[in-house]
Amino acid sequence: MTAFLSIRNLSISLQNGERILRSVNMELARGEVRGLVGESGAGKSMIGKAILGILPRALKIDEGEILFQGKNLLNLNPRELRKEIGANAALIPQDPLTALNPSHRIGRQITNRLVDILGWSKGDAVKRTYDLLDEVRIPDPKRVINSFPHELSGGMRQRILIASAFAAEPKLIIADEPTTALDVTVQKQILNLIGEMQSRHGTTLLFVTHDLGVVSKVCQSLSVLFLGKVIEDTNVFSFFDSPTHPYSKALLAATPKYTDPESDLIPVSEEILNSVKEEVVQLDLEWSNGR
Amino acid sequence: MVDTPRNINRKIGLRMWLSGGWLLFLLLATLFAPIISPHDPLAQDLFASRLPPFWMDGYEATYYLGSDSLGRDVLSRILYGAQIALLVALIASTATCVIGATLGVLAGYYGGWVDLVISRLVDIWMAFPPVLFAILLIAVLGTGLTSIIIAIIVIDWTRFCRVIRAETMSQSAMDYVASAKAAGRARFGIMIKEIVPNVLPTIVVLLTLEMGIAVIVEAILSFVNLSISTDFPTWGGMISEGRTSVHQAWWVIVFPLITLFLTVLSFSQLGEGLKDRFDPVLR
Repeated sequence: MTAFLSIRNLSISLQNGERILRSVNMELARGEVRGLVGESGAGKSMIGKAILGILPRALKIDEGEILFQGKNLLNLNPRELRKEIGANAALIPQDPLTALNPSHRIGRQITNRLVDILGWSKGDAVKRTYDLLDEVRIPDPKRVINSFPHELSGGMRQRILIASAFAAEPKLIIADEPTTALDVTVQKQILNLIGEMQSRHGTTLLFVTHDLGVVSKVCQSLSVLFLGKVIEDTNVFSFFDSPTHPYSKALLAATPKYTDPESDLIPVSEEILNSVKEEVVQLDLEWSNGR
Repeated sequence: MVDTPRNINRKIGLRMWLSGGWLLFLLLATLFAPIISPHDPLAQDLFASRLPPFWMDGYEATYYLGSDSLGRDVLSRILYGAQIALLVALIASTATCVIGATLGVLAGYYGGWVDLVISRLVDIWMAFPPVLFAILLIAVLGTGLTSIIIAIIVIDWTRFCRVIRAETMSQSAMDYVASAKAAGRARFGIMIKEIVPNVLPTIVVLLTLEMGIAVIVEAILSFVNLSISTDFPTWGGMISEGRTSVHQAWWVIVFPLITLFLTVLSFSQLGEGLKDRFDPVLR
């Protein structure tokens, strides 16, 4: 049986040839919650964007396939891709402050998508919006629906974005660092909310983050990305018990311990970084020779 | 968690009242000029030349703001001159705005070769000295109202294009655009429904500024006698004529100047005020 979402040999590079992703492989089963972890610049957001077809124009896909329910998304024309993604997948974006259109009222932003793109009736869409806002525990939904985004706090906006992502019952949701822009107390509420919504709706979730703590709370499996290369692909228990790759070990050791504030922070050692970098240089050499 | 109570019905403010009031007054003056003007703006009366305004010695009844060296009534000429000024302001700036903003949005949103073509065109265009360009154009097209309007459009669309392109680009980079795309909206739909409403406040401000600029350009062209024929009063024409007798009859040049000044100022202030009301974030 083919996986629900599988990424095979995905390579992405900049126009100038610099490689962003290096033959990435990843599989998600139906209903799985997978964390995609890596430091900034590792290319983790780009995987999510590639799946949704919203890669920045400066990037090009060199090779690979993204099989979503058996269809290779990279072979679809823009129209088919829009249809496939619009109906079956959704994004919870990183920055709630810019992810809502400042010119439109909240209610309209959620319902428009259902009405214009998925062909719902206006009445159904409005009813669904109320239900969703209720589900993400927004007090006084009537007022919120008639508000403009700037009138709401960051946490509220992220709740709205979550509601909006779940609106059309998508089978796949990509959460691109959904808690990074929020302060710590709100982060926890939002994480719980995403977890709760995911288990209630049975959605497959790809959770992009740089926070291992978040992964341990929400995810079942994870892929560790470093320099555009998946260096570890495992389930959460074995990762936190016995990471195999030296970089993963170093990452875990580097996690600050809140229980012991006196302890020193341990950075990932140069040695490990250099060994991965050498590996990558070798890979790129083979890659450019192969072309 | 809803931060502030909603307060859309914000006060209009003194600035909006004053600028809007002046423009409304001009509009009414334009419409009713034949009724309210004390004199025929073209009628010459050499026995009544260079009469001073009403508070000075030598004032003669109904020449409220004095008369020029040919004995034409200054007030009547200002009122009739408003017709040309407002007509040019409205038509020329609206057309300029539509053309410039459309090209700007297209360039900023689609990028790539569309942007390349439009931006290079703007660059080349802006390399021409504008006044020379206008004079050249009118030399080719001949004088007249249509020529002035065309000249303003041709010179000024680049101003809109540049600003709106930049604004569109910064809006296009926002997450809400990526979200809309991931939600399955088509590119053209995103441009119209997501981006244009956010660029609109900037367009409105530019439009009102452009109205002020159009009034000035028209005055400049009248001043160098390249506007419509001297048969019809224009503010620029009056300033040009008043220049020769400024020591004997300063009122001939000062009143049209004040009118011009207030009008341009009102347009720009109106634009600022409208922006505050249009922009959902500032509102």
